[in-house]
Amino acid sequence: MSPRLSDLAVGAIVAERTIPLSRDSLVRYAGASGDFNPIHYRDDVAASVGLPGVLAHGMLTMGAAIQPVVDWAGGAHRIRDYQTRFTRPVVVDPADGAEITVIAKVGLLDAEAGTARIDLTVRAGTDTVLGKTQVLVALD
Amino acid sequence: MPVTVNPAIQGRVYPPTEPYLVGREKVREFAAAVGSIDPASSSAEAARDAGFSDVVAPPTFAVVIQERTLAQLLADEDAGIDFSRVVHGDQRFSFSRAIVAGDEITATMTVTSVKSLGAHSMVTASSAMTDAAGEHVVTAISTLVVRGDE
Repeated sequence: MSPRLSDLAVGAIVAERTIPLSRDSLVRYAGASGDFNPIHYRDDVAASVGLPGVLAHGMLTMGAAIQPVVDWAGGAHRIRDYQTRFTRPVVVDPADGAEITVIAKVGLLDAEAGTARIDLTVRAGTDTVLGKTQVLVALD
Repeated sequence: MPVTVNPAIQGRVYPPTEPYLVGREKVREFAAAVGSIDPASSSAEAARDAGFSDVVAPPTFAVVIQERTLAQLLADEDAGIDFSRVVHGDQRFSFSRAIVAGDEITATMTVTSVKSLGAHSMVTASSAMTDAAGEHVVTAISTLVVRGDE
């Protein structure tokens, strides 16, 4: 079931999710996406290019962050537009992993176009890792 | 070694990629990797019940196909982009419809902007993806930051 546009109010939180990322998540995403950059699975390579540790793929963070909105909207076909800026890397500890938190809020409603703009706040710990993250959702 | 991107690539259109056949198992694998719990992305039956011919790809699946166009850009010696200096700046997907297993997608990339920001260059590339009927499916837009000498 999809939410109805007329039931939404700007500022309302429509979805929240905590997403654990482990090194396993990164290896799985590397295989699924075809992005085998070793900074996403090798500590020695990450260190050699001056990174604080192995990083999650930015596209993994972006891909995982929209899933709460996909579920709320009633499916991926509801998504009209999705944009983000990669502002800070997500360091994934070999033992403890990392934890991403997503808060999805109604940013703008357009009854004529039949769309809701959902703005995401995406953090790892206290750091905001994605900036200007907006999803345009088509709703009835 | 040149550290600046060739500004002349702004406006350059690269040849369309070979058609990418979207596989059901690839969609399921990608959906699991991004933590999708949408049944329409993992079950062909659930997808059909929702009115689709096969499993529906999560929104960011389009990057798998876009990657083939970005590879053209990075392989273009005239562009002068050193991959080891590239950082992903921002990303956008604009959909006409969702990608579904069975689609044959062709992507055509245009370099829409090359800018300098101090020692760094910012290259924006827009990859328009169409289905076998030639209809627009999604456009993926990336801005790559190419780090110059510090």
